[in-house]
Order: sequence, then structure tokens, then C-alpha cells
Amino acid sequence: MATPPECEKNRCQLFLVFFKIGVCGFGGVASWAHRIIVEERAWLSDQDYAELLGIASVLPGANTVNIAVILGDRYRGVTGSISAVAGLLLMPLLILIGIAALYEKYALQSDVRNAVAGAAAATAGLVLATALKMIRSLRPDFLAAASCAVVFVAVGLFQLSLTLTLIIVAAVALAIRATGEREGKAEGEAP
Amino acid sequence: MSSAPILVSITRLFAEISLVAIGGANAVVPEIHRQVVDQLHWMDDRTFINLIGVAQVAPGPNVMIISLIGWHMAGAAGLALATLAVILPSSIVAFGAGRLARAHDERRLWRLAKLVLAPIAVGLILASGAVMARAADRGALTIALTAGMTVLVLRTRLNPLIGLAAAAVFGICAGRFGLAFQ
Repeated sequence: MATPPECEKNRCQLFLVFFKIGVCGFGGVASWAHRIIVEERAWLSDQDYAELLGIASVLPGANTVNIAVILGDRYRGVTGSISAVAGLLLMPLLILIGIAALYEKYALQSDVRNAVAGAAAATAGLVLATALKMIRSLRPDFLAAASCAVVFVAVGLFQLSLTLTLIIVAAVALAIRATGEREGKAEGEAP
Repeated sequence: MSSAPILVSITRLFAEISLVAIGGANAVVPEIHRQVVDQLHWMDDRTFINLIGVAQVAPGPNVMIISLIGWHMAGAAGLALATLAVILPSSIVAFGAGRLARAHDERRLWRLAKLVLAPIAVGLILASGAVMARAADRGALTIALTAGMTVLVLRTRLNPLIGLAAAAVFGICAGRFGLAFQ
């Protein structure tokens, strides 16, 4: 692109790039975020993007929103973050309002009820498959598999409080990992 | 319906959920269900899962589920507050974390955080799937749709929106042919 990169990353461009990600993201925005930021705009290299996504995914909140916040700030500070997040959410929210209004109007029709019941059942399948795919790419060791299983049973089956489960499992796993790492280091340093 | 107490409750609930949403909105469906359906009795199981189905049709990040619950409870003001409440706290954390990551290149720390938190996020999303499947369950046909979609997404690279649309059409046909669906 002919424009120098510093001019290209102004607030308006931040808004527009994330606007496009939001509008394109039917059925999930994650793949579009990568496509537009890395391939179309070349704002980040593949590796930089992976690193940013790594940070975004361990933070609370939607990954793409977190990426918008961090990239916006990196290029233009607080107002950059706000521009990027506003761009990301504007159209999806407007479309959502349209869909919600239509749904409320026709919710009592049996065709609409049946269509939504079918889509809802499929949505559950989509989320299950997403989780299973993540397990596949995570290739968990014993501790990772155990924390995944404990969280699933506690929150999914027994409907326990997420906050409490999260704090306990994360603290225990962190303690075990940190001790393991320290021991590994001590062994490595030993002559 | 849009009285002040409900707006305050919506804001408080989703601001709290925002801070524990590791893995995104998909990870907090069980917690939202526990609070909104079981404890606060804002809606029944069927309304809850229908809203999730409707939200899935809109583009954008998954937080739209929360915006839609806000809309259902208290109209436009509910939607605005629910969205802000779920976006703002986690975004402030992300903002701080982004600056921290820029100031100190602590890759080991992020690696450790990922090692600990990624499996938890996966467990939460799996739990969401289970809670959603249970709420969507209206007999054999819906169970078959859930299972079919799981296999479709796992085995093919098809845009999931096509699977969702097919399931909606399937729902209409099942209803028209008088199959027990509702």
C-alpha cells in the first residue's frame, strides 16, 4: 500500500478495520480478524498476531474485543481502543436489534418457534464442537486434562459458581505448574 | 418492564460475568444460565436457549448473547447497559495487560498463564455446550440436531452458519409434518 504505515493506523482506519471484522463475522469473528489484520492490511505478521491472540485469549472477555482494545491502544492510545471496539460492535448490535425486533414480533408463530428451536439445538452442537476442536489443538498433558475435566463437571454438570471454580482450579494448577517449573530449573542448573 | 432496579441488576450481573469470562462469552453460558434462569428467575429454560439461538444468527463477537438478554429484559436501555457492562470491565483489564506486555517482554509469564488458563477456558466452553444442549433438548429430533452439528463442525470446514440455517429449516419442516418438536 502506498500510504505510510503511521498514517494508515489512525482512529478512522482502526474503526473501519474492526467494522469490517464485525460485519463479516457471521458465524464467528475469529478467523476474519486474522484474515483482515494479517493478510489484508498487513498490520501484524503472523507471529505477532499469534502472540497478541495468545495474550487476548488468557484475558477475560471476547478475544476479538480484547484484540481491538490492545491494538487500538498500541497505535492510538485510549481513543484508538475506543474507536476499534466501537467499530467492531456497531453493526452487529444494529443487526441484533433488527433480528430481536423481528423475533419478538413473530415469536408466537409456530414456524418461527420451530426454526429457532432447531437453530438453538444446532448452536449447542457448534459450541460443543468448538470445545472439542480446542482440546484437539491443545494436546493437553495430565494436569491440563484434569483442570478441563474438573471445570466441566463443576460448572457444566453440577452448575456450581463459575467464579469460585475458576479461582480454585486456576490457583491449584498455577501452584503445581510453578513448582514444577522451579524444580525443572533447579535440576537444569545442577552440575 | 424497564424499571430502574432491573437495569441495576442487569449491569451488576454482567459486569461481574465480564471479569470471569476467560474463553469469551461462550464460556459463561452456564453462569448466565445459573443466575438468570435458576436464581433470579428472569426467564425459563426455553426462552433462554431461544435467545441464544437468535443471537447466534447476528454477526460479531459472542457477547451479543448478553446484549440480547439485556434487550429481552429491558428493551434498548437494557441492551445498552448489558453490552457496556460486559465489555467495559474486561476491556479495562485487557488495556492494562496490553500496556504491561509492551513494557515488559515477559513471555514466560504469558506462557505460564496460557498453560494454566487455556484448559480451563476449554472446560468452560464444553460446559456451555452441555448446558445449551440440555436447554435445547425437546426430544430425539433436537438431540439429533445437536449431535449432527457437532460432527459437521468437527469433520468439515463448512461455515457454521450454513449448518444453523439447515437446522432452522429442519425445525420448520419437522413442525409442518407434525413431528413432536416443541
